[in-house]
Amino acid sequence: MTHPSIECVQLTKNFGTFTALSRLDLKLEGAKCVGFLGPNGAGKTTALKMLTDMIFPSSGECFINGINVREERKKALAEAGVLIESPEIYPSLTPRQALEMVCDLRGVPQNLRRDRIEEVLSEVKMQDWVDKRFGKFSKGMKQRINIAAALVHDPGVVILDEPATGLDPRGMAEVRDIVRGLKRRNRLIFMSSHILQEVTDVCDEVALIDKGKLLFYDTLSNVTSKFADGAPTIDVGLSRPLGDESTLKQVEGLTGVTSCVLLEPKRLRLKFKGGPSAQEQLLASLVELKIGVITLSEPESALEEIYLKQISKGD
Amino acid sequence: MGETEEKTKPEPAGSGSHVPGSFQQILKLTRAQFQEYLASRRFVILLGIVAMIGLIITAVVGAFHDRAFLHALVSSPLAFYGSFWGGAASFVIVLSAVFFGGDAIAGEFQNKTGYFLMGLPIRRTTIYVGKYIAALLASICVLFVFFLIILANGVYYFGGDALPWQFGPSLLLSIIYLVAVLSTTFLFSSLFKTSAYGFVLTAILFIIGFSLLQDVVQSILDYQPWMVISYASSAIGGVFGTATDPCTGAVINTINWGLNGIYGIPGGPAARAGCPATGGPREALLSGPTWTPGIAEAVVIMVGYFVITSIVGLLSFEREEFA
Ligand SMILES: Nc1ncnc2c1ncn2[C@@H]1O[C@H](COP(=O)(O)OP(=O)(O)OP(=O)(O)O)[C@@H](O)[C@H]1O
Ligand SMILES: [Mg+2]
Repeated sequence: MTHPSIECVQLTKNFGTFTALSRLDLKLEGAKCVGFLGPNGAGKTTALKMLTDMIFPSSGECFINGINVREERKKALAEAGVLIESPEIYPSLTPRQALEMVCDLRGVPQNLRRDRIEEVLSEVKMQDWVDKRFGKFSKGMKQRINIAAALVHDPGVVILDEPATGLDPRGMAEVRDIVRGLKRRNRLIFMSSHILQEVTDVCDEVALIDKGKLLFYDTLSNVTSKFADGAPTIDVGLSRPLGDESTLKQVEGLTGVTSCVLLEPKRLRLKFKGGPSAQEQLLASLVELKIGVITLSEPESALEEIYLKQISKGD
Repeated sequence: MGETEEKTKPEPAGSGSHVPGSFQQILKLTRAQFQEYLASRRFVILLGIVAMIGLIITAVVGAFHDRAFLHALVSSPLAFYGSFWGGAASFVIVLSAVFFGGDAIAGEFQNKTGYFLMGLPIRRTTIYVGKYIAALLASICVLFVFFLIILANGVYYFGGDALPWQFGPSLLLSIIYLVAVLSTTFLFSSLFKTSAYGFVLTAILFIIGFSLLQDVVQSILDYQPWMVISYASSAIGGVFGTATDPCTGAVINTINWGLNGIYGIPGGPAARAGCPATGGPREALLSGPTWTPGIAEAVVIMVGYFVITSIVGLLSFEREEFA
């Protein structure tokens, strides 16, 4: 049994004098899903494009399953399913024809094709569009077919650059399901994304880059416990805007509260120390303040907080 | 429990696929791309233009074949094809090459279809060659339609004599010319990432640029323009090789199979201006400021263009970044 792997060694890309990616060292190995995070312009697409030999490193190299991508593009990409930059497909083709072409060029055995094509098309919920031409497809429909095309040969390594772009909310949820489904097999998935919820939901590990530099690469659980300074957090929803500074001070003064930030006029984020009993006490006191508390919830994502913290550090 | 589950995860089937050899991939890509060309609006437009050129020729010949200026042409199939097929085929070829080749590579960037192919285990060279062959086939279809229109005219005027043997080498030459022109347009289109640049540049180059260069070389520099591809195209008509001796009025064979071009157009305007006192009729026929390539010479020029532009185009595409 082989271990799927992706490796970048000192991978660097300069566009003129601008360094889009700087000495990226990253080794992903084994069956898992790795999220690739970073703000706009961080260099995610640049890295993924070098990984698939669409652009060439200024220095450094990359490997898929140990095969040097630059030297043996064909052999390296044979093992991978790739979706980068939401490509377009020839407008006169239908999804079936496009996927046939992919199977043809990839050498998917003839006897498996029909089933594979049906299978991926139903996975991306496009089975009703099999024989319609691309020319008339919406952006999200095209992206679904792009996802199908990246998966039709059942690859061991999957490289996805923002697979959910252009998809409606249901489509985004479906992408999550698809990626989760991919994990049922011995596969390595490397996926860039701006949707932290998606990453939290499906990824086992995350790599975060900013301004062309890797900030960290670790398992999701390590990351959240290492960076989230341990303090539990709750978000407080209010029915009316919080009055003035003094009200905020009042909240800050409650026992156990270590910090209090006004996220929006009607939304507070509290950090506190102590266990469940401290939390029970805190919630009761909050209500007593009569500031219009209507909801109490965990913040949307611990990852978000870490993400923002790490990114702003760089500024 | 979790551990055993990890270990028994089935391998993805993809590891069982066997990527075909590059030659196979070229064929598969050519087929897909050729279908794409045939289904494209541009193919329909081009066919429309070519049909129109054919119809104009048909109408002009039909209306005026009794007049003196056309009579000589319609009196012999060789003269007829030499002027009409020979004159227009190279234009049809250039037009198809610009339509199919001008943005063949640039369009892959602009329309982002290249990113689809580039994610596949396929060499850049395979993409280039596959697209080239598809464009060649599509252009041959267009040229064939034009050929049929001209041939239909020939059958109308000459009946059983409508297919002289010279049509064989002429068709062959037209295809070699197409091969060369198309590889030149492919080279230019691989230098740009915007369709319009590829189109405009190759169109300007072939419709104005090369003939201008040819004029400059032969008229101003007084030199045989063997380095200009459009110069070679006159062999397509030249292979029919007839002209009327302006001095004796006889139809004579002017075909030159050789490697050396000759100074002058057989039966050209300067020759018609008057019969020189000295020299035989052949010299009289070959006066003038222009050069006419030998058939073998034309082939060498075309093949030379094909080889050089293909190599440069492939090398430049190999280094192309899909940024
Ligand atoms: N072809 C190019 N020429 C010049 N600069 C480029 C080119 N491609 C990317 N860049 C620059 O490199 C940097 C990284 O871009 P990249 O597309 O990798 O970012 P990204 O992390 O994918 O961002 P996003 O989340 O917006 O997709 C950006 O600053 C971008 O402007
Ligand atoms: Mg990007």
